[in-house]
Amino acid sequence: MSKGVAITGMGIISAIGNNVPENYDALINGKKGITRVDNIDTIQRDEIMVGEVKFTNDELIAQLNLPPENNYSRTAMLAVIAAKEAFANAEITDIKKHRTGIISGTSVGGMDMTEKYYYEYLTEKPFQKYIESHHAGDSTQKIAEQLGIEESLVTTISTACSSAANAIMLGARLIKSGKLDRVLVGGADCLSKFTINGFKTLMILSDTFNTPFDENRKGLNLGEAAAFLVLESDEVVKVENKKVLAYVKGYGNANDAFHQTASSDNGDGATLAMEKALKVANLKPSEIDYINAHGTATGNNDLSEGRAILRIFGENVPEFSSTKAYTGHTLAAAGAIEAIYSVLALQHNVIFPNLNFKTPMKEFSMVPQTELKQKVLKTVLSNSLGFGGNCSTVIFSKEA
Amino acid sequence: MKKVFINSIASISSQKTFDNSVFLNEIIDYNNTVIFAHDPDYKQYIPPAAARRMAKGIKMGVVASKIAMDEAGIETVDAIITGTGMGCMIDSEKFVSAIIDNNEQYLTPTSFIQSTHNTVAGQIALGMECKAYNFTYVHSAISFESALLDAKMQLENDEAEHILVGGVEELGEHTTKVHRTINHIKPEAVTISTVLNSKTEGAVFSEGANFFAVSNEKRESCYAELLAVETYNTLQKERVSETIEYFLEENNLKIDNIDLVVLGNNGDVEFDSYYTQLSEGMFRQTQQVFYKHLVGENNTVSAFGIWLASKIIKIQSIPEILKINSIATSEVKTVLCYNQYRGQNHSLVLLKKC
Repeated sequence: MSKGVAITGMGIISAIGNNVPENYDALINGKKGITRVDNIDTIQRDEIMVGEVKFTNDELIAQLNLPPENNYSRTAMLAVIAAKEAFANAEITDIKKHRTGIISGTSVGGMDMTEKYYYEYLTEKPFQKYIESHHAGDSTQKIAEQLGIEESLVTTISTACSSAANAIMLGARLIKSGKLDRVLVGGADCLSKFTINGFKTLMILSDTFNTPFDENRKGLNLGEAAAFLVLESDEVVKVENKKVLAYVKGYGNANDAFHQTASSDNGDGATLAMEKALKVANLKPSEIDYINAHGTATGNNDLSEGRAILRIFGENVPEFSSTKAYTGHTLAAAGAIEAIYSVLALQHNVIFPNLNFKTPMKEFSMVPQTELKQKVLKTVLSNSLGFGGNCSTVIFSKEA
Repeated sequence: MKKVFINSIASISSQKTFDNSVFLNEIIDYNNTVIFAHDPDYKQYIPPAAARRMAKGIKMGVVASKIAMDEAGIETVDAIITGTGMGCMIDSEKFVSAIIDNNEQYLTPTSFIQSTHNTVAGQIALGMECKAYNFTYVHSAISFESALLDAKMQLENDEAEHILVGGVEELGEHTTKVHRTINHIKPEAVTISTVLNSKTEGAVFSEGANFFAVSNEKRESCYAELLAVETYNTLQKERVSETIEYFLEENNLKIDNIDLVVLGNNGDVEFDSYYTQLSEGMFRQTQQVFYKHLVGENNTVSAFGIWLASKIIKIQSIPEILKINSIATSEVKTVLCYNQYRGQNHSLVLLKKC
């Protein structure tokens, strides 16, 4: 039960960089990617800040060399960029050599095109190609096409903001059970009017830079990103003499069963998720060296998650920080980009700061790590909490 | 590894299927290109105030899950796993059209909140106060099979004892209109008896919810043992037969061991050949049934195929309206279900008498 699953490749595109090295550089230099939204024409522009990938769709199409008749949503393009980097990083050349699958998470899917051409779909032939790219599985299928993965287990998870964490969890279980030898796991979501306005109606969008775990936090900044990791079985690692970046050591998912969108005050779901993950990892709370928190900077999340962390770690909460101040909340992709940040933390023995924090919350005395800190890290715990009460924890470790 | 059993089944479909004491005794015909679910009395299961806030898919999912839980005689589960290819279409359409029609103003959160794909699984958990593992798979025609595979793995490894697994799909008005423009829906109205030989493109779109209580403990209510689930993102037509042979071999079975094949023909002239090559080929000596002429096509309708297979295995009787050929076996012990949609996302599910 306690043996970890090897991570052998990573790829990411986010508001703070177009690949893994750029993201790491931004993280250690405190460079956040939060700006006004440029690629979406929305009346909310002056009222919100976002974590946006600054390439236009045309620029992404050019990067990917897609033909003019392509029907890629922005989610799919971001996904393919990150997936290709992950595969290249894992030095995978022969796809057919091992049983390879894909598990991706998304919540927006092809909604960006649907909201653009919603009524035009009925009459305008040129836009009708996007009808088939609306559904959530489409971006995953596009990754499979681009990587040449055929006749395989390729599926998609949508559990709102914990989607990618759950994709990592399923991927690890598929490797452990011997169902697959190698699996690409992660998630992708682009910005859309749908999510911008949705979160706006919930009144949880900040009009300025988001401030996780701060008493005066005003809400979240939405972000867009895609991130993927390659997980491989011990057998493949051995046969191919693979360099292992880190291990997926534990994972847990639980439901808050409290409210469709809000988290319970005492963080039942998050507590259960962390407990389960520790159990699978066969680790005690005291063996966790750093927590990459979900920390969206909404009033509700940070209180609920903070209380859950206190319930698990008591008096001995390790250093924790949320990287949402850098990237915004990238919804279904969040669990994957933060998985990569967790692995980077392990590789470089460094804890990334929780930017924009000033005032501790009045409900408890927990204070996040606000400066970059060097610390020998063996384990990192990452939380992802979502709508529908969906709570997930993944634990990453340096050693199997 | 532990064995996995289907201990209860529940189906809300375009037929009268929600009452488990009958089995397609009475067939509802249609003359259309889109067919809605035949509704149970939702009030019997959900308080009216709560039901008013729920879109059709949520209602169908919640009620089907209750029927499945009741029949299995369990109060709670160790995991709730759903599949939905299109998700909550009704609320998604409401919110997108409100954004466009009112230029991003005067919006209310209700439809946004209920538009996320995991709404049904979340609502079931809320209703049961179940804090367990809760996943939703959203991968087109294999959404349900992904959920089933996840459940099977957990039960085999004894990570869970009882799991509620289901597929749900609701029809959205705009989405239906849009799919007509790209010929995914049949151009002309068809009936149960004409759809499969319509020789036209597209399918009859439908909606429904199919839920199952699966467990590594065999209950008295047991329908079938779940032997294997496999999905394939792509599969060329000429590769289907050999893939099935390999799949059977992996499960130590030969074609002769299969007593019944459940096929997903939907009457789409472009894609039904994926099935006919099997019914006329490797399975020509095997008893065959189909079901989409009764319940239409949607992303998780293959769960209805599993419902059907489970029911047949348990009661050992096949309604005439399902039969493709006249080959009969004395006993239906092992059943294979094969499905694909528009040539992609293929699935194979193997069930055995328990």
